[in-house]
Amino acid sequence: MERTTIDLWFGAFVIAGFAALLVLALKAGNLGAERPASTYEVQARFDNIGGLKVRAPVRSSGVLVGRVADIHFDNERFQASVTFALDSRYTFPKDTSASILTSGLLGESYVGLDAGGDEKKLAQGDRVAITQSAVVLERLIGQFLFSKAQEDGAKK
Amino acid sequence: MLERVKLTLGRLGHNFINGVWRVGAMTRFFFLVLAASGTSVRRFRLVMREVYFSGVLSLIIIVVSGLFIGMVLGLQGFQTLQRYGATESIGVLVALSLVRELGPVVAALLFASRAGSAITAEIGLMKATEQLTAMDMMAVSPMSRVIAPRFWAGVISMPVLAAIFSAMGIFGGYLVGVVLIGVDNGAFWSQMQAAVDFRYDVLNGVVKSFVFGIAVTVIATFEGFDAPPTAEGVSGATTRTVVSSALTILALDLVLTAFMLRGDA
Repeated sequence: MERTTIDLWFGAFVIAGFAALLVLALKAGNLGAERPASTYEVQARFDNIGGLKVRAPVRSSGVLVGRVADIHFDNERFQASVTFALDSRYTFPKDTSASILTSGLLGESYVGLDAGGDEKKLAQGDRVAITQSAVVLERLIGQFLFSKAQEDGAKK
Repeated sequence: MLERVKLTLGRLGHNFINGVWRVGAMTRFFFLVLAASGTSVRRFRLVMREVYFSGVLSLIIIVVSGLFIGMVLGLQGFQTLQRYGATESIGVLVALSLVRELGPVVAALLFASRAGSAITAEIGLMKATEQLTAMDMMAVSPMSRVIAPRFWAGVISMPVLAAIFSAMGIFGGYLVGVVLIGVDNGAFWSQMQAAVDFRYDVLNGVVKSFVFGIAVTVIATFEGFDAPPTAEGVSGATTRTVVSSALTILALDLVLTAFMLRGDA
């Protein structure tokens, strides 16, 4: 097959396109660094998940250790059932507690894991027993107002 | 008086019917092009030649505008973000707006005015000088020899150009944000990487530019093929290509964005 300059330009053009896509994927996007090679799944039940969404980060001591893989409503216990995909590099004791937190006052919701003292480790399919629900701001304000009103009533 | 009203109404009706006719004819034309694409696959050299003309030669305008748009986004974003003490998010702002919206849309608009108009003028002139008829006479289908390679070249070029545009824009934002203003380099990139998702943002942008590529080239080739074979006709067709491509791109963008955001929430 004879070589022409058009081939050269076409090749350079396509390579430039792929290079740009690669830059977008690796440098601007989160492909590569963020996706752990292998994960194990752990479940937890929450009374209220607030604004938690699938793919929200799971952090322990502020370090990203996994992501929320699935959220669904357990219709027998009337609670939210959340599945975390945790990076296999990290293991946690069986009595680890999970709580739903917010980064900043109005930031995104994430799951915080606090390690316990058990010698056994969480494995694939285990359940995190100790959970703390999301703090719903409206409810908090309601409670505050209610207790304030009660205080005033008691004083009189 | 009554005559004039009648005339105006008649003209309005004619324009409307003409518009509907064009949409129908363009759709039929699109399927005809797809049906005539065999030659483009077998003789890929034809497509490569057109990629050179519509894609490679558009590189300069794409690269330069991408750079400038990224720099402007960086400057404007800095002005606003500074008020909230969130200047590190400048990378997120630049990257998300480029990858999701500006990259595909502005690259497609530039492509329509740089390459789309050239395609229309070329095909229109081929028609006016009866080259297409001559081809038909020689039992060479102009559809598969002239139209389809240009169509596929546009479809290939558009995502490539949009990706280059976005990458250059992010580089422009980096130049303004980090080099000129002095936002922390690590925070710039790490916040960007935390916010930009490959599948939801980057790949959706590629899908968008792919759709825009189809729309622009179908419009450009159709207008050329349909142009009245006169100097005036070709110039009118070229204008129509740019105008209707721009409108189609923006309308399609709204529809595509609405679809893509739904799955994300």
